[in-house]
Amino acid sequence: MRELTLDDLDDMVLGATLLGTGGGGDPYIARLMVRQALEDYGSVNIAAPSELDPDGLVLTVAVIGAPTVISEKVPAGPEFSGVVNALSSYLGKKPVAIMPIEVGGMNTLIPIAVAAELGLPVIDADSMRRAFPQIEMTVFTLAGIPASPMSVADEKGNVMVFQTTTNQVAEKLARSAVMQLGLANGISCYPMTVQQIADFGIQGSMTYAVELGKRLMAVQRGESGAYDEFLRFAEAKIYFSGKIIDLDRRTTDGFAKGTVVIEHFTDPNRTMRIEIQNELLIALEDGKPIITTPDLICILDHENAQPITTETLAYGQRVDVIGLPCAPEWHQEGMLDLVGPKAFGYDIEYVKMGGN
Amino acid sequence: MSRLRIGIDVGGTNTDAVVVDEEGSVIASTKSATTLNPSDGIAKALSEVIEGLDKSRISQAMLGTTHPANAIIQRKSLQKVAVLRLAAPSSLAIRPGAAWPRDLHEAVIGPAIIVGGGYEYDGTEIAPLEEKAIREFAKKCKGVVSAIAVSCAFAPANYDQELRAGVILAEELGADFPVSLSHQVGQIGLLERENATILNASLFGVAQSVVTGFQSALIGHGLKVDSFLTQNDGTLMTADEAMRLPILTVGSGPTNSMRGACALAKISDALVIDVGGTSADCGILVDGFPRESSAAIEVGGVRTNFRMPDLISIGLGGGSIVRQAGDAVEVGPDSVGYKVITEALINGGETLTLSDISTKGGRLSGFGDASKLGGVSDEVVSLALKWVDEQIQILSDRMKASRSEMPLIAVGGGSHLIPKKVNGISEVITPKYHSVANAFGAAIAEASGTVDRVYRYAEQGREKCLEDARQLATEAAIRSGADPENVRITAVIEVPMSYLPGQGCRVQVKAVGPLAV
Repeated sequence: MRELTLDDLDDMVLGATLLGTGGGGDPYIARLMVRQALEDYGSVNIAAPSELDPDGLVLTVAVIGAPTVISEKVPAGPEFSGVVNALSSYLGKKPVAIMPIEVGGMNTLIPIAVAAELGLPVIDADSMRRAFPQIEMTVFTLAGIPASPMSVADEKGNVMVFQTTTNQVAEKLARSAVMQLGLANGISCYPMTVQQIADFGIQGSMTYAVELGKRLMAVQRGESGAYDEFLRFAEAKIYFSGKIIDLDRRTTDGFAKGTVVIEHFTDPNRTMRIEIQNELLIALEDGKPIITTPDLICILDHENAQPITTETLAYGQRVDVIGLPCAPEWHQEGMLDLVGPKAFGYDIEYVKMGGN
Repeated sequence: MSRLRIGIDVGGTNTDAVVVDEEGSVIASTKSATTLNPSDGIAKALSEVIEGLDKSRISQAMLGTTHPANAIIQRKSLQKVAVLRLAAPSSLAIRPGAAWPRDLHEAVIGPAIIVGGGYEYDGTEIAPLEEKAIREFAKKCKGVVSAIAVSCAFAPANYDQELRAGVILAEELGADFPVSLSHQVGQIGLLERENATILNASLFGVAQSVVTGFQSALIGHGLKVDSFLTQNDGTLMTADEAMRLPILTVGSGPTNSMRGACALAKISDALVIDVGGTSADCGILVDGFPRESSAAIEVGGVRTNFRMPDLISIGLGGGSIVRQAGDAVEVGPDSVGYKVITEALINGGETLTLSDISTKGGRLSGFGDASKLGGVSDEVVSLALKWVDEQIQILSDRMKASRSEMPLIAVGGGSHLIPKKVNGISEVITPKYHSVANAFGAAIAEASGTVDRVYRYAEQGREKCLEDARQLATEAAIRSGADPENVRITAVIEVPMSYLPGQGCRVQVKAVGPLAV
């Protein structure tokens, strides 16, 4: 086990913003929440599955709702500890660790605050290692692990625990519950054992976010060779550098959809188009798909290497588009049906990147 | 005889003043050094600029000032503020003042409490207002703080609870106890709005002394005129409003300069680059107003979310130091600053600056002695100018709002550096009086009103929601003094919100109009 330091936290925030691939909610509020929790309850340890009882129960925790609402209705605490406690009493078992469901955006950090409050370690794993918009979009779904029993709670003490037949229904039920509960809620799902996480989870995600953030921080400080080291570590590549020349945003079915077009710095005949649904999902150069979901598309400010979220994209920004291969655990049967381009309604084939 | 307006801008280095007639022509202008006590500088600039004018023609006076911004940056003259947040049980995981720099926190924030209250996204109450707790808190604040900042979840959409809390505080502490309510200060984003409200309350004392100083200077010169201050977005607030909302003036300097540039050049859509001694600030004017930044703005190290012009600053100015490094040339980012008048080679100094380069390159004349540049090679001049041109090109590309060509207005003492030809720029204009563009911008400012709300298009339809927002903004502009006959909508921003049912959309609208006479 390793204690999470405040320096780690800053690196993790940057790493989490990058892994948000343009979405995932602003980690700023979550970071303030973690700072207060560490102040009030003491430090938190990050544990590998091998350091915990294989039969021990692990519970996930995340915020679910709308980012704009969360910016007004700031987290309270009980909506998160509440979902964990409710699921724990439903199962009749105490958890040995807390886990993030999504290492990407603000949900990377919420579990740390909860772990501090409950005096538990955070297990170094997750189910996405990027941001995705729906509960069923996890490697656990691919492994046949049910998202339920699951719990949703608000800050006032309203808690529901429910059982569903599929992870897709779990998404629908949770989403309609939070509309009644104020759209800034806690959720706990995919309860499982440490052994199951070791077998089916994405390993080392929290450490990955910290290490990624640390290297990106070095790029931002302008250290020599830092960009190469960052790309090497992430197995990433700069696919395009240019200026945003068109931006179209619309909202449908609760998703912030849009398209951004980037013109190449040196060759104006080259353009890249990126399709957005909360996150950046598809990057095409001259109509040809180059980076496709579940691989990660990240837009960085060309000048300061700060990841740009979809809300803050603007005409004229000078950007680098980088692609990171998704966590290797994604590459198994069913991946494309669950999180490939067609799962988001794009008639585009997946283009594999990086790794073997 | 047409009526006249006075515009005064107090900057870090200079205090500028202009007198402008109804047609927007400059009748008089003056530039003097900012004094240690800025009120003295204001009084001096005022007496110089109205010298020989018929005072009865002067009807209004506008002030743009860096006093409040400097108070925050230097942590000087700030008042102690108590914080009352209406949101419990939500928001308890983040206390007021989280992430403030320690010294500013110590200087400003007193007792803080989060009590039951606030609203949900659909307008229902998170909890009923906890009135008893507010009364108890008020008693604790008595004699301990000079002002109270009140914030409330979703106050931009519904501020009844903030108003009620204000009434309770007045009952407990007296009607004239200073209270700042967050819905008057900022936009969506509780923590940022609360931060801005705390800073606002801490500036009440500074605002009081600036406004009374300004007004007594006017009266001292026999000017019985309406007085206004300029705010971050380039529009006006009355002097009384400015005493209640001083935080809204902290970004007015660059805005005044950009709006002044635009009006002097008589165009409403353009890039503006203000080149000083040390840095160049680039912004963009759309329909006569600076485009506002979408990113969170830090003031004195505190994250806020109020309206600020979208600016990019780079280290490029008349005093930027030029160095040779082998075959290459390095420029800045350090600068001799205002000392360029003694330290540049052309002025008998020993430092090669961009003003020297500009002189030898034929862009600047009449500033110092060009014959002192014999030791500067043509190659160095051409490399340094190439660097300058590239920087200006990048600034203009980053700022432009569309692919179509637009004009660039160059203002400020270092504006000679800007090349005559920039790609994507239709023409480069350096207007007359460009060095007092900021005071001119203050003199021509208009009144405004804004709205920032979440609408659900599925309920009433997009058009009806937008019409409602336009109407509310127009009414707000009229309340701020705009002529009801001449109010126009200058900005409509729609940001769709993910996961919000009913096609939730955040709508920001601004209405602007000339002051009613």
